[in-house]
Amino acid sequence: MKNRLKVLRAERDWTQAQLASALGVSRQTINAIEKGKFDPSLPLAFKAARLFNLAIEEIFNDEVEAL
Amino acid sequence: MTKLDCENSSYQTKNNANTIILRNWTFAWVITMAIAAFSPKFIWDFNTALTIAAVLINLAVGFKMLVANRDYLRGLDEMQRTILLEAMALALGVGLVVGLSYELLEDIKLITYQPEIPHIVFLMVITYGLAVVSGHRKYQ
Repeated sequence: MKNRLKVLRAERDWTQAQLASALGVSRQTINAIEKGKFDPSLPLAFKAARLFNLAIEEIFNDEVEAL
Repeated sequence: MTKLDCENSSYQTKNNANTIILRNWTFAWVITMAIAAFSPKFIWDFNTALTIAAVLINLAVGFKMLVANRDYLRGLDEMQRTILLEAMALALGVGLVVGLSYELLEDIKLITYQPEIPHIVFLMVITYGLAVVSGHRKYQ
């Protein structure tokens, strides 16, 4: 699953650790999600959407990242 | 940005607290296990009442350790929990499959010594450790 988490975080000048703190997860988890290696659960995706004031589909889409 | 300050991360704080609680109960369990294993012979000369008490205390502390481990897992975020649960599943599977085959070896006379539970526990611990490392590398 592709996502715009890294872009959105960079636009706000947040570090991975700061975003992790806001979402209540570890920095490693944010890193894995940004790299597309781990797909977040629906509750975590909703939490991210609320944090960025966006709809879930504006952050995540199910298009598989090209290798 | 204060809200996002990682130093005030409730996740990290909760995780650290759960880790300390789990470490303390694990340490207590090891101590009570040692007391139950060695004290009957070296301290109270196999006094039945004291031995039963030591075993019961060991079981009770072991139960508290399991509860602490459950709380630790519940406190992890979803990726960390996935890594640990997958590692636990693999360790349990390896322990079961290899353990039964290992026990069979003596029954069918392929080994001459008695298979010991600590051998399987050691294998499970090694499997668990490798699976945790592998899980973290997978999501890096």
